[in-house]
Amino acid sequence: MTSENRQALMEGFRDGTPIGLGYFVVGFSLGIVAKAVGLSPLQGFILSLLNNASAGEYAAFMVIGSDAPYLEIAMMTFVANARYVLMSTVLSQKFSPDTPFYHRIFVGFDVTDEIFGIAIARSGRWLNPFYNYGAMLTALPGWSLGTACGIIAWYFFSPAVVSALSVALYGMFLAVIIPPARKEKIIGGAVAISFLLSFLAEKFFPDISAGNRTIILTILIAGAAAILFPVHDEENK
Amino acid sequence: MTHDINIYILVASAVTLAIKILPLTLIRGEIKNVTIRSFLHYVPYVTLAVMTFPAIIDATQSQISGGLALIAGIIAAWFGASLFKVALLCCSVVFVTELFI
Repeated sequence: MTSENRQALMEGFRDGTPIGLGYFVVGFSLGIVAKAVGLSPLQGFILSLLNNASAGEYAAFMVIGSDAPYLEIAMMTFVANARYVLMSTVLSQKFSPDTPFYHRIFVGFDVTDEIFGIAIARSGRWLNPFYNYGAMLTALPGWSLGTACGIIAWYFFSPAVVSALSVALYGMFLAVIIPPARKEKIIGGAVAISFLLSFLAEKFFPDISAGNRTIILTILIAGAAAILFPVHDEENK
Repeated sequence: MTHDINIYILVASAVTLAIKILPLTLIRGEIKNVTIRSFLHYVPYVTLAVMTFPAIIDATQSQISGGLALIAGIIAAWFGASLFKVALLCCSVVFVTELFI
């Protein structure tokens, strides 16, 4: 390893450590849900290791919980993770033509909102993949071990504690969507309409599974917002 | 349960990894289409909102505690509380509420 790459690895590790610790908590919250739909600690560990995506994993748990067809989990995972298409595309622009191709695969393996954020924020025209690898050193085990621990915790906690922990993930989702909803009117409107339609859909179409409901409403609401209020600036890059 | 959890995990992981890896390896140009860019911009907020409500009020032992957690979480996030503070607050609200129900 060149000294430049080692330096990048260390910097990634340094910047990734708080992210990895945070991921342990996210993973733990996911584990509580995972256990409720029947995953073993090993299954939770593997799912989290390979996915590293809170919305995507939660979406998968919803499908597993409703025992829906395999096609539905594919579509659900696709919709819940669609934003990574954009991040992965942006990252593809940051690769120097000199960087070997296989680095694109390894960097792609762990595209998360936070790792994407720090990788883009790091100065320089080209991305050094070793910076991402350094961040992955804590992010991957934090997330996957957290999930396994969340599943195991079920055996030790009382129903009251499990009930309380069950909302941790929703709290995190709220922390992600509410601040931009406050700042950007369109997002605020989209979030409010999403709450309302999701509620009405569950009430009046209880036969539609939670997974399909999410897919249909996401395409409808986000599609309508994209057509009515296209984003022209560069803020979503 | 008629489906195998391991196959669910396999399918979900394959889709996630394809989404994350394929653009990086296949796309060299930038996505220019404004509608697609805008759609991808709005998708995460809409998906998370749809998945949060009404699921949060069904996740707890009582709908009242879940509902109060939702309201507390929205207020805390509105005033800029961090991810973990919001999560912790929601859990605490449920725990305390259910002591009295």
